Amino acid sequence: MSAPRFGATPSIASRNIILIVVGVVFIVPILAMIQFTLRIGQPTDKGGQQYGVQHYLDLFNPANESTYDPLFQGVQNSLVIALFTVLIILVLLLPTMILIELKFPQFRKLLEFVCLIPITIPTVVLVVGFIPAYQVVAQIFGSTPYTLAFAIGIICLPYAFRPIASNLAAVEVTTLSEAARSLGASWFEVMWRVILPNLRRGILSAILLTVAVVLGEYTIASFLSQTTFQTALLLIQQTDPYAGVIFAVFALIFVFILLVLIGRVGTFRGGRVSRRKRVTP
Amino acid sequence: MTAAATAAPATTTRGAGKPSRRRSAVWLGLTPFAIYIILFLAIPAVLAVGSGFFTKTGSFTFDNFSALADPSVQSDYVGTLGLSAATAIIGGIVGALVCFALLGTNPTGGLRTAIDSASSVLAQFGGVMLAFAFIVTFGLNGIITQWLIQSGFEKNVFNDFQGNTLIYSVVGLSLPYLYFQVPLMVLTFMPAMEGLKATWGEANATLGGTRFTYWTRIGFPILAPAFFGSVILLFANSFSSYATAAALISQGGLISLDIRGFINSETVVGHQNAAGVLALLMVVTMIIVMYLYSMLERRASRWRR
Repeated sequence: MSAPRFGATPSIASRNIILIVVGVVFIVPILAMIQFTLRIGQPTDKGGQQYGVQHYLDLFNPANESTYDPLFQGVQNSLVIALFTVLIILVLLLPTMILIELKFPQFRKLLEFVCLIPITIPTVVLVVGFIPAYQVVAQIFGSTPYTLAFAIGIICLPYAFRPIASNLAAVEVTTLSEAARSLGASWFEVMWRVILPNLRRGILSAILLTVAVVLGEYTIASFLSQTTFQTALLLIQQTDPYAGVIFAVFALIFVFILLVLIGRVGTFRGGRVSRRKRVTP
Repeated sequence: MTAAATAAPATTTRGAGKPSRRRSAVWLGLTPFAIYIILFLAIPAVLAVGSGFFTKTGSFTFDNFSALADPSVQSDYVGTLGLSAATAIIGGIVGALVCFALLGTNPTGGLRTAIDSASSVLAQFGGVMLAFAFIVTFGLNGIITQWLIQSGFEKNVFNDFQGNTLIYSVVGLSLPYLYFQVPLMVLTFMPAMEGLKATWGEANATLGGTRFTYWTRIGFPILAPAFFGSVILLFANSFSSYATAAALISQGGLISLDIRGFINSETVVGHQNAAGVLALLMVVTMIIVMYLYSMLERRASRWRR
């Protein structure tokens, strides 16, 4: 590659300069967050600053329980909302996608269009409509944060739809289900033992992305005045900015792991397929 | 076994033209999702853009559209367009440069994989947490601001931007916005960059072209539709984002923050419905933007055949 360079390939020097400059600029805010959580007291005039893990220990000090209570409540609410949102994806979206693939392929485009609408309509616009809609929801289910799952499920649709759709496109579901049916399998067995195992990768990615979106969701929760992880973060920041940033760092690491897992799910699957191909004559 | 064998050819045509009781039972399978979409997507969307046409008591009116004549709403709309355009163009150029640099890395190597994962994390990293990251970096006690003060810049652009803290202004919002725009550009533009075929570079070299002519005659013209398409996508992304701005700015300044202001306003009756007018304005803008995107996307895909 280092000999004559054709086309678009950059020189090693320009490649390194671009990647290092952009990399450094992007790492600074992350490092700033970590440095901030380790600060103790105000910096002295000469620029001296003490560091320690005091703010981390404070989180688990029972004396501060009332301060941090909304934050832990928000995390708990967000996790329950995430569970319900995943259920919405698995019970409402997934069967519909499989059904349309098998029986109504003419609706495939329509389903894709519907699932991508939440990207085109800004969440803050949808919220203007969610507010009156949730006055009705509150009359039926009461005003609990868990009902947010219905609204957040909508904004998760694009993220859940894409991985399942690309998995469906890669697997010959129609052929597989017809083969299973002709071998005498019931529809339940076709679903449970043939189709779902083949869609494992897409379903898992959809679940992980949904969880990531729910944990990062702020707009809907704040307009509907419910305590979730993000609204609690903003609230706690006014009383204890350190706790807010510590939780933000943890959440960032958590989401990073989730997204790396999504990438991993893909590569593991790829490895298995190639091995199977080699075995079969 | 014979029954299954005779049934098989019939079903391989995807059951087309085979109306039966099963078929209507299968139709029923679509209804739960359809009901969910109608209740939580269709109705809220219609309520959102429709509420601007009604008074608080429910009678039809155009009065709410007077909100669009409000000078502060107008300047906030222009400000939103400006912020979106600036972050889309800067983010687009920086992101494209990163894509260009990535062409020099091994596509399956560790560096490329790490940057890909980091991009997909950071492109999603909006909202309150992003606001925190930039407060502790460029805020009054931020690491960069403090470092500048200690280096002798007692007043610098971060703590004295027209007398205010930069990060809490609409102009300052461009910093956190770029933090998710550049990674989004890397994600959306990289496929086009990878689509540059090596043979085109070789053809250019055999015909006596230089690297300069490669970019002016081949690279830029081919990448242009994909580049502008991605930039429009970034524009839409900035335009529709709310949480980061809401966490940093407590007043208006952006159209999405004006929606918050109208909804939370207790003093002026009927302001909640004026939020519907702003919602409509945002949707109309987004539809125009997405239309432009689909046109450019069609041109860009010509080269991917």
